[in-house]
Amino acid sequence: MSLVYSEEQRLLADTAAEFLQARSPVAAQRRLRDEGAAPRFDDALWKEMVGMGWSAIPFPEDLGGLAFGCMGLGAVFEALGRNLAATPLLSSIVLGGTLIELAGSGAQQAEWMPLLIAGDKRIALALDEHARHDPAATALRAERRDTGYVLQGEKVFVADGQGADAFVVVARTGGMPGEREGLSLFVVPAHALGLNVSATGMIDSRNHARLRLDGVRVDAGALLGVEGQAWTALDAALDRGRVCLAAELLGMTQNLFDTTVEYLKTRVQFDVPIGSFQALQHRAAWCYAHLQLARSAVMAGLAAMDDPTLDAAGRARLASLAKWKAGDVAHRISREAVQMHGGMGVTDELDVGLFLKRIRVAQALLGDGDFHVQRYGDMTPVEA
Amino acid sequence: MSTIEDFRRETRAWLEANCPPSMRTPMPDGELVWGGRTVEFRTEDQRLWFERMRDKGWFCPDWPAEYGGGGLSAEQNAVLESEMRRLHCRPPQINLGIWMLGPVVLEFGSEEQKRELITPMARGEIRWCQGFSEPNAGSDLASLKTSAVDEGDHFVVNGTKIWTSYGDKSDWMYMLVRTDPNVPKQQGISLLVVDMKSPGIEARPIDLISGKSSFCQVFFDNVKVPKHQLVGPLNGGWTLAKALLQHERRAMSKFGEFSLPNHVDLLSMAGRYLPPADAASTADVALRARVLAMAMDEHAYTITTQRMGEEMRTRQDVSGLMAIMKLVHSEQEKDKLEVLLDVMGHRALGWEDEAFDSSELALTRAWLGSFAQTIAGGSSEVQLNVIAKRVLGLPEGKQGK
Repeated sequence: MSLVYSEEQRLLADTAAEFLQARSPVAAQRRLRDEGAAPRFDDALWKEMVGMGWSAIPFPEDLGGLAFGCMGLGAVFEALGRNLAATPLLSSIVLGGTLIELAGSGAQQAEWMPLLIAGDKRIALALDEHARHDPAATALRAERRDTGYVLQGEKVFVADGQGADAFVVVARTGGMPGEREGLSLFVVPAHALGLNVSATGMIDSRNHARLRLDGVRVDAGALLGVEGQAWTALDAALDRGRVCLAAELLGMTQNLFDTTVEYLKTRVQFDVPIGSFQALQHRAAWCYAHLQLARSAVMAGLAAMDDPTLDAAGRARLASLAKWKAGDVAHRISREAVQMHGGMGVTDELDVGLFLKRIRVAQALLGDGDFHVQRYGDMTPVEA
Repeated sequence: MSTIEDFRRETRAWLEANCPPSMRTPMPDGELVWGGRTVEFRTEDQRLWFERMRDKGWFCPDWPAEYGGGGLSAEQNAVLESEMRRLHCRPPQINLGIWMLGPVVLEFGSEEQKRELITPMARGEIRWCQGFSEPNAGSDLASLKTSAVDEGDHFVVNGTKIWTSYGDKSDWMYMLVRTDPNVPKQQGISLLVVDMKSPGIEARPIDLISGKSSFCQVFFDNVKVPKHQLVGPLNGGWTLAKALLQHERRAMSKFGEFSLPNHVDLLSMAGRYLPPADAASTADVALRARVLAMAMDEHAYTITTQRMGEEMRTRQDVSGLMAIMKLVHSEQEKDKLEVLLDVMGHRALGWEDEAFDSSELALTRAWLGSFAQTIAGGSSEVQLNVIAKRVLGLPEGKQGK
C-alpha cells in the first residue's frame, strides 16, 4: 500500500489541475451558481472530462475501464476540490457505476457501463431518507408484485438527482429499518410512472434532489444483485465515494489554506502584514499540521480501496478515517479562513464563502464526522 | 561487479545469522543498551548483538571507515536500515554522541578531533550528554551565560547547565559556552567537549512531577578544559549548535520508531475500563466517542510517519512534514493521556500503592511525564514559530533582542 502518488498518478493530477484551472476555475462555478439552471454543472465540460478518460478510471478493463484505481480518482478529485468544480463524477461514476460493477449481472453491466463511461447517461444513488446519512436506516419498501416489485417511499438529498437518466434506489425488501439485512438495489428509470423528482436548493448551489416514489412498478430485471443482500456492494461503493469525497475536501481545504496564508502575507494593518502577528502565525501553523495529517489519512483511504490484501473491514476503517479527518480539518480551516480574512471573509465577493458552503455539504454527504467515528470504532478489532 | 541488490542480499544474510532472535522483539524502555565506558548488558544476546554490530562498524554505518564507521554509501545505509526494520532488529545501542555530536565533528572538527572523538564514538565506548539549556536560557538558547575564559592553553568554565539527560551517567559532555560577552549574543558562543570526570563538575538529578527522572542539572566550578577540546571556530558555536539541533530532530523521529511498540492502545483500554455498549450511559458513550476520535488522530499521525518515509525514499521535499512531527506527536501524547485519565477515573491517579496494578501506576507516571514532552527539545511554541516562518514563509514579527 503506497501513500504517495505514482509517476502516472502524478501526471494525471497535473493534467487535471491544468485542465480545471483553464476551463473550470472557481469563477466558472460562481457563474453556474448565478445562472441557477439544471443540471448545475457544465455538461459540455463533463463530456470533455469523459473524453480525457476520467469516467473510466476506476473500472476494470473488461468493463471498458482503465483499471487505474481509486488513487487515480483521488488525484482527480483533489484537483476538482481545488477548483470547486461541479461534475457528476462522484454520483454517476464512483457511486452509480461502482454499484453496477459490483452488484450488476453481466447483462446489466453490458447495458449500463458503456453508457456511463461514455457520459451518454447518468445514474444517481437514491439512498438517504433522513437529515443524517444512515444507510441501514433505509425504510423505503419494495414489495414483490406479480413478476416484479412495487416501490413506495421517499428519498432525500440525492446528489445529481435532477436530470439523472436513472436511479439506483436502495429499498427494503425484508427486515426492519436499522438492519443491514433485507436491503435491495433497484435500477429505476427517471421516467418511471409514479416517480417524482424535485430539486432541493442547498448552500453549495449544486444538484440535489428529492424523490417521491408512489407505487413505482419495476420488473425483476431492475433488481441489482441478490434480493435482500445489497449491503456488501452498497457499503463498498459508499466507501469508494467516501474516499473520493475526502480527496475533494482535501483539495478544497488546501486551496483555502494557501489563499489564507497568502492573505496573511499581504494584508497590512498597524503598518505590518497581519501574518507577522504570532497569534495568527500559530493558528496558521496548526492548520498546516492538521492539513498534513488529513493528507496522510486521505492517501491511506484511497490506497486502501485499491489494496486486495485488505478485508472489507480494513478498507472501511481507513475510508472512515479519511472521511472523518478530511472533514474535520476542512471544517477547522474553513472557519479560520473566514475569520482571518476579516470583514472580507463574510462577503460574497470573495471565494472563501463558496468553499465554506461546499465543504459543509461535503462533510454531511456519505456520513458526517460522528458517523465515521462510530464506524471506525465498529471496524477496529480491539487488542486483548 | 557488486550491485546494491548484492549488498541487500549479503546484509540480509548477515543480519539473519548475527542478530539474535531475542534482539528482534519490541524493546521495552528498560532494555535500552547505552554505549559508554562501562556498558550494562542485561542479557548475553544484548552483548553479542552490541559487539557484532560494533565490529562491523554499523553503530555508524555511513561514517568513514578510517574513523571506525561502516563506510557505507547513503544508498547502502538505506538498505541496511530497511533490512533491520524488516527483521525488527533492535538498535544495538543508544548514543547521543553518534546521533548528534558525531555528524557535527565530522563536518566541522579538526583531523585530530575526528580521530580522538569519532573513533571511540563509533565503537560505543563513550557515553555522551548534552549541555545546552540553562536555568535562564530555555527557548531563548542563545542567551546562555555559562562562561569559558581563555587562560592560555586551556579554558576555565563556570556556570550551570540544566535538563541534561543522564548527566550523572555520561562520560563526556558537548556543551555551548559563552566565549565573548561583548558581542551580539549569537556571535559569542563556542562549542566545547568536556570530560565529565574533570575536577569542578557536579551533576545532580532533578525530580519531576512524575518522580525520578534522567534529567540533571550540571554545575561547573572553575573547570579546566584544554584548548584542543574546542570544536569548530572560537565564537562560531551557534552555527554548530543549529546543525546539532537539526540532527536532534532527526534522532528523535528515529527514537520514536523504536519506542512505537510500547504505546498504550486506547481502544483496548476503553474496552477494559468502560462498560459494554448495552450498559453504557450517555456519559460513557460521549467518553467512548472521545477515545475513538483520539485513536483516529493517532492513526493519522502514524500514517503520516509512513508517508514521510515514502516521500523521503522517492526523494521529495519532506522539510514541511519534518517540522510538524515533534509538535503533533508530543501534543497528541498529552491529549491521549488526558483521555485515558478520564477513562480510568481514580484508577489513573494512584501513587506508590498496591491497590493499583503496575500498568495503572505506569500510566499515572506517563501522564505526568507527558507535560515535559511539549517543552523539551523545542517547545510547541518554538515548533509553531518554525512552521510559521520556515514552512509557511510568514513574515518576522517585532521581537525582543
